Amino acid sequence: MEKSQFKSPWMPYLLLMPQMVIIGIFFLWPAAEAIKSSFFLEDPFFGNATFVGLDNYRDALTASDYKRTAWFTALFTILVSLISLGLGLMLAVSADRVLRGQSTYKTLLMWVYAIAPPVAGLIGVMLFDQHIGPLVDFAALFGWDMRIGVNYWDTGIAMIIVSTWKQVPYCFIFFLSGLQSIPSSVKEAASIDCRSEFRRFWTITFPLLAPTTFFLLILNITYAMFETFGTIDLIVKDQPGNSPVTLVYKVYRDGFRGNDLGGSSAQSVILMLIVLALTIVQFRLIERRVHYN
Amino acid sequence: MTTTDTEQTAPKAQAALSRKSFGGVRVYDHVILWLGVFFMMGPLVVAFMTSTFDHVLIHKQGMQVGFGGEFLSTYETVLTQQGGFTGAVTGWLMTQNSFILGIGFALGKIVVSMLAAYAIVYFRFRAATLCFWVIFLTLLLPLEVRILPSYEVVQQLGLLNSYTGLILPLIASATGTFFFRQFFKSVPNELLEASRIDGAGPFRFFVDILVPLSTTMIAAIFIIMFVVGWNQYLWPTLMTTDETYFTLVRGIKQIMQIMIGADIPKYNEALAMAILAMLPPAAVIIIFQRMFIKGLVEQEK
Amino acid sequence: MTTLRIKNVRKVYPNGAEAVKGVSVDVEDGELVVFVGPSGCGKSTLLRMVAGLESITEGDIELAGRVVNDLEPADRNIAMVFQNYALYPHMTVRKNLAYGLKNRKTPQSEIDARVNEAADLLQIAEFLDRKPSQLSGGQRQRVAMGRAIVRHPAIFLFDEPLSNLDAKLRNQMRLEIKKLQRRLKTAAIYVTHDQVEAMTLADRIVVLNGGQIEQIGTPAEVYANPASTFVASFIGAPPMNLVPANVTDTGMEVGGVTLDHASSHRGPVTFGLRPERAHLVANGGAPVEIGVVEELGAVRLVHCRLGDSDLTVTQNADEPVPTGSMGLEFSAADAVLFHRDSGRRL
Repeated sequence: MEKSQFKSPWMPYLLLMPQMVIIGIFFLWPAAEAIKSSFFLEDPFFGNATFVGLDNYRDALTASDYKRTAWFTALFTILVSLISLGLGLMLAVSADRVLRGQSTYKTLLMWVYAIAPPVAGLIGVMLFDQHIGPLVDFAALFGWDMRIGVNYWDTGIAMIIVSTWKQVPYCFIFFLSGLQSIPSSVKEAASIDCRSEFRRFWTITFPLLAPTTFFLLILNITYAMFETFGTIDLIVKDQPGNSPVTLVYKVYRDGFRGNDLGGSSAQSVILMLIVLALTIVQFRLIERRVHYN
Repeated sequence: MTTTDTEQTAPKAQAALSRKSFGGVRVYDHVILWLGVFFMMGPLVVAFMTSTFDHVLIHKQGMQVGFGGEFLSTYETVLTQQGGFTGAVTGWLMTQNSFILGIGFALGKIVVSMLAAYAIVYFRFRAATLCFWVIFLTLLLPLEVRILPSYEVVQQLGLLNSYTGLILPLIASATGTFFFRQFFKSVPNELLEASRIDGAGPFRFFVDILVPLSTTMIAAIFIIMFVVGWNQYLWPTLMTTDETYFTLVRGIKQIMQIMIGADIPKYNEALAMAILAMLPPAAVIIIFQRMFIKGLVEQEK
Repeated sequence: MTTLRIKNVRKVYPNGAEAVKGVSVDVEDGELVVFVGPSGCGKSTLLRMVAGLESITEGDIELAGRVVNDLEPADRNIAMVFQNYALYPHMTVRKNLAYGLKNRKTPQSEIDARVNEAADLLQIAEFLDRKPSQLSGGQRQRVAMGRAIVRHPAIFLFDEPLSNLDAKLRNQMRLEIKKLQRRLKTAAIYVTHDQVEAMTLADRIVVLNGGQIEQIGTPAEVYANPASTFVASFIGAPPMNLVPANVTDTGMEVGGVTLDHASSHRGPVTFGLRPERAHLVANGGAPVEIGVVEELGAVRLVHCRLGDSDLTVTQNADEPVPTGSMGLEFSAADAVLFHRDSGRRL
């Protein structure tokens, strides 16, 4: 059967025009510029650009602070993605199981999603502040002298904690929804077939959550790599010092602060390739899932 | 399976499954959940309470728990007093700008995406696949990564420090379009056929049938996009230097910079602003919880 | 006068599949023609081409005297009742009924008159201000019909409208559709895979198979004189018995016996006999072994074996229950012979 569709010579173009025009001006043009300028070295004073081929890329990739940032980004991404995934799952499992108060818990745990990353960053900065931050006092109880902004790893850990904190509600919502869409008949059959709740979870429930888990993983990775910009910006406080940053932050810093347009653009393109790879992985796995269904 | 179905049978199933209950209450789960609530809400409660204290006191004694009696004065100050470097902007003005950004972005996104998705799903035309892939491309390069050239483009168009420049570039992404595309594909084909027989052309079908059917989806997306728009940080930070265009979230950076410079930073005002910045989006998603979650989860498909 | 002329219509899909292979059929004014056949026979495709929902690869469709091949559905003066009702879920019943008329700029007074008329006819007046989700399946189906009626079209198109209803409701609605169509005197095409619906509703039946017409005729004609083994086995329940046989000068040899027949053909054939035309006798006739007996209350289905072939005999329940070995008798005029290979009637 043919899918019913309209045939009009001009209407679809009219409908698409706003979207395509906006994409053309505010995406394609800047994206093309970014790619183009990644191959040039710009002179900030005279505005002349010289073509340098892949030099910007080579410089970017071999620079020691690029490698450092890349390592931190990788670690940061893995930790934030996995920990928020794990915490979200744990909370969702418990929320799914309680008989009373589920909606209250749901509301209380969910609304943190609405907080902007920089706002979370600000609160984090204060909580980890040397003078007034209670978390610093808490750490001191264990003999840990936390110095955000001074000690590399202290700052890094603060960033990881705040970023994870902000992402947990998101994972929680998705996992809870995934759990609740498992038919109760399946859960009942499982309770007959398997005594241990622990085993039941890992052999029946978790595999059924696989699509949700995978989807969240990709989203978390995107979040950690890009959307945490605001959090990091606030914690770093514009003081380069000895603070770890993510690759996306470096793009901003080198471009806007450091005026290294070429290098910043090269870094942008590298990041774009990473996102492309992630997207391809995502699509491959979705295809496989569709086949196995 | 309807939601009511699951809600009715689930408790029974849970009761059957909960063999580790203690007087019908699952202690372990409640403990976990309370720890979760403590972890999530704790920092915010402390932040709010601290904002009600005097900043000198905070400086000496650290962040506080309890109520410091400065609630009204602090919040009034943040809302009404001229802040920022040039003294041109108040918290209240920033709140207004945040609303403009949030609502403007959400509306713009919905209108543009719905029209585009309608074209892609319901029309047969040659450029369809091309347009689809171009829209898809926008997923590959998040704004943060193309921030520099985007700034230059907006600058060249003379749109710096304007609401248009603030909102339009943010709409250049695929999420809304793909969302509506998925939804439109789930509308039964027969409705379109019946309406064709009833004499409805593409315009009438869209207005009389498709849009009314989409109202819940539109509401859900509006809520999500409002929060996204309200929480925008990087883009407003870069392209608004005129303080009268600052949003609350943008203003957070401002406050941070002021705090760095001060001897005794006004922690209370900073925290008050943070609380103000998070209240409207939080209120929206709590009040419209069902719709919000529905919108989020639909995107998974 | 002829309302609809389908002339040599073909439908070939872009992937090469041929759904309709050259079909010609006329529908006269006021006539209810049923397109019946198994899944995939092309009946729905044909209907949709008449409606304008599918394009025509070859051939013409003439409605009320003009060729409508390239006209939009809305311009063809047709009305359609869908299998899944296709009611606009967000509109009240009244608005659902009025929508088509509104789009044609019919004056409001006319719209109201027609809506009320249809509502009375279908007994849905009390639901006019409700939404489809508040109605039962049968009520929704009536609203779907109401939507078609208010348009006063040249022809009604029914696309398996009763498939989604339970058996009892289906029987009820079948009757109502027939009465309605009689009353409105509008031509109609009714598509179904259910031969009972076809037999009870049709003025004429078009039996389709594999994109082609097997036979067109009144229910009686199609039943008594099937044009092929396909029609013979598709129409009638239980289906006609079809048994391989051989015709020689001495008679028709089947199951080791020679029986009477009324044909001039010689050679291998397929012998067809309706279950109710066969009789079981204690002595004489072709020898059959009685197998399973199914009681239906008023009638009895007796499954038996004649040589290598299975047969079904329908008999009155007040006859004695047959067992063991009995004889099969029938009159030569009731034997229908088909070509062994082509299945066509001899």
